[in-house]
Amino acid sequence: MSERVLMKGNEALAEAAIRAGCHHFFGYPITPQTELAAYMAKRMPKIGGTYLQAESEVAAINMVQGAAAAGIRAMTSSSSPGIALKLEGISYMCGSDLPAVIINVQRGGPGLGGIQPSQADYNLATKAPGHGDAHILVLAPSSVQEMVDLVAKAFDLADTYRMPAMILADGMLGQMMEPVVLPEEGHAREIEKPWAACGHHGQRKHNIVNSLYLQASELNEIVKKRFERYAKIEETEALAENYMTEDAEYIVTAFGATARIAKAAVREARKEGIKAGLIRPVTLWPFPKADFVKAAETAKAFLSVEMSMGEMVNDVRLAVECKKPVYFYGETGGVIPTPAQVLEQIRKIAGGAE
Amino acid sequence: MLKEINAVLAGFGGQGILFMGKMMAYSGLIDNRELSWLPSYGPEMRGGTCNCSVCLSDEPVCSPLVTAPNVLVAMNRPSYDKFVNTLVPGGILIYDSSLIDVEVERKDIEVYAVPATQLADEKGYKGMANIILLGKLLKVTEFTTMDTMKKTIEKVVPARKQHLIPKNVEAVELGYNA
Amino acid sequence: MSVVFEKPKALADVTTHYCPGCTHGIIHRLVAEAIDELGVEGRTVGIASVGCSVMSYNYFNCDMIQSPHGRAPAVATGVKRTRPDCIVFTYQGDGDLAAIGTAETVHSATRGENITVIFVNNAIYGMTGGQMAPTSLPGQVTQTTPYGRDVHYAGYPVRVCEMLSTLDGVEYCERVTVDSVKNVMKAKKAIKKAFQNQIEGKGFSLVEVVSTCPTNWGLTPVDALGWLRENMLPYYPLGVYKDRSAQKEEK
Repeated sequence: MSERVLMKGNEALAEAAIRAGCHHFFGYPITPQTELAAYMAKRMPKIGGTYLQAESEVAAINMVQGAAAAGIRAMTSSSSPGIALKLEGISYMCGSDLPAVIINVQRGGPGLGGIQPSQADYNLATKAPGHGDAHILVLAPSSVQEMVDLVAKAFDLADTYRMPAMILADGMLGQMMEPVVLPEEGHAREIEKPWAACGHHGQRKHNIVNSLYLQASELNEIVKKRFERYAKIEETEALAENYMTEDAEYIVTAFGATARIAKAAVREARKEGIKAGLIRPVTLWPFPKADFVKAAETAKAFLSVEMSMGEMVNDVRLAVECKKPVYFYGETGGVIPTPAQVLEQIRKIAGGAE
Repeated sequence: MLKEINAVLAGFGGQGILFMGKMMAYSGLIDNRELSWLPSYGPEMRGGTCNCSVCLSDEPVCSPLVTAPNVLVAMNRPSYDKFVNTLVPGGILIYDSSLIDVEVERKDIEVYAVPATQLADEKGYKGMANIILLGKLLKVTEFTTMDTMKKTIEKVVPARKQHLIPKNVEAVELGYNA
Repeated sequence: MSVVFEKPKALADVTTHYCPGCTHGIIHRLVAEAIDELGVEGRTVGIASVGCSVMSYNYFNCDMIQSPHGRAPAVATGVKRTRPDCIVFTYQGDGDLAAIGTAETVHSATRGENITVIFVNNAIYGMTGGQMAPTSLPGQVTQTTPYGRDVHYAGYPVRVCEMLSTLDGVEYCERVTVDSVKNVMKAKKAIKKAFQNQIEGKGFSLVEVVSTCPTNWGLTPVDALGWLRENMLPYYPLGVYKDRSAQKEEK
């Protein structure tokens, strides 16, 4: 086991990727994720890897696509406006069944928005990661340690299921420092990629990495097959942290940095005698529906707390099938909800529902 | 000793606010405690007001963003004005009285006025007012031991500035005894 | 009986979707011959772009990747940087390379990516049915310039070789055409050189092939070649625009 070190979230993401066997990074500077690119620029030349500053986010994701098509673990990172630019490439990668990891250190939007933390790309990541019928894996760390752990998981899942994975972080997680224990180097999983376009060397028929199918029936069939794979992922890979939910009457739900604030509020509520609990989805796609279904059996109400105008709340409503009321509290544009504000919401719901 | 520190450190960019926070964070790392360090970022890094949240605890840290601090270190008037009323009752305020000329109105907090910038200038520690205040913070809150603080200084002072280690230790001691 | 003519090994034995008289067939063949002669098919990765040549991934026997519109040089960069032993080429039309992909073209060139770019310029968007391309000539009638390309309104054509030749990162760029046997031979030489440069690690090489689109030009294949000679070649003069290694030798 390595020693505990103090790292910024952005730097921890970078080091974790390297230790997950990703030695090729393509990026473009944008606040608040730039430390990640800077870290890669420093480390990659020393380990014989690639750090390449692309001319745009569009180019960067397509470089990742090239590397991924050639069977190589590669990563890019950006923040919300830059992620929007990458969606073209992400959709093509979905269509070509290519694995890669995309880091989104979210900031406020729309437009140039702001540079403070936000979670308003939830819908983008989980519902529409580019055009067409497609999903990507979406993982939401809520501590610097979890950023490290989920990067490795993201690469493994992406390779296993041949699809892109996004780490949905935010400016707060990216900028903050916490102690982390990094995995040892040289223990990354290696997953065979017989489909990769990296030269057939006269050993096999040529590989084609492609997302074009001009016959409607063919595309129909391929997309349906892909959705069978998605269904399997939804069954097996959904993950959530349940905190004090067993006897909880009021379930607060939040992901990422907001979940920590919600947790603080849940603790305070418990001190006041309100039976509150927290469900923190770790995977946003697949969404951990089962945890909500279970909680809905005993809980009186749900409260989704987000740094947005309300995006995940709709998945919560779908998961509990409107059997219990689902409330929403959010701040946006870079404003971070405080534990006191969340507590106030819990009190209100507890008072109103009793 | 405070069991749990939720600190806001605030001042101008360039006063070493973030560095002061990092020193606290590293002491927590050395003491094997739970901790978080969260800076304000963006244009604020470039000469404007600047602040950071530091949490030290024996439990996992919930919110790394400190909105109700039990410790506030203020190094300029705008920061004092912005944060003084966020301190929880019984909280600790340490401020640089050579830069902030103020009559503290709150009676429900512990107040420590340290003329840190003046001390730094007079005693040959120019630019180290932040370290002097850190010394005072150490004394008042006992967020770590002097021994850990010395180890912290050795850890955070970069290799090419190793000659500054004794100077930093002295500055901490100066604040500790101020 | 001796074989006097056969398909290059790197060219798949399939029927292409190209229109009768389209010059893509010739250019595909030249690329495949170069790959064969250099003996690199086993380690070659081709990047198909968006446009008429999109399905070229079916026509070459090497590994192929189909890229988003205009991004082929970025995709090629990703392959080459992570698999430096691969021989990587892109095959792009004018809309792909000189309109939607201009940034990727210019920046892969200025980075001196060690890749080979085959650029087919026929002054029109073929796949979508004959709209104005970045290389459509002044006055040229297309579906989206029904009164002829008005340069004051729609702007001027882009001369890619001239533009890229100003970049220090470019090793080699040459404009060729395939309107005659003589010019086909020249084009072959240029394409082979662009691959050879990559094998030798010399950097970014681009061959622009001035081509026809009989279907969307509304001409017979033979008349299209005539139109190419009369209208395109004066605007897009053939020749070597940059050859860094040759220039060094001269000095």
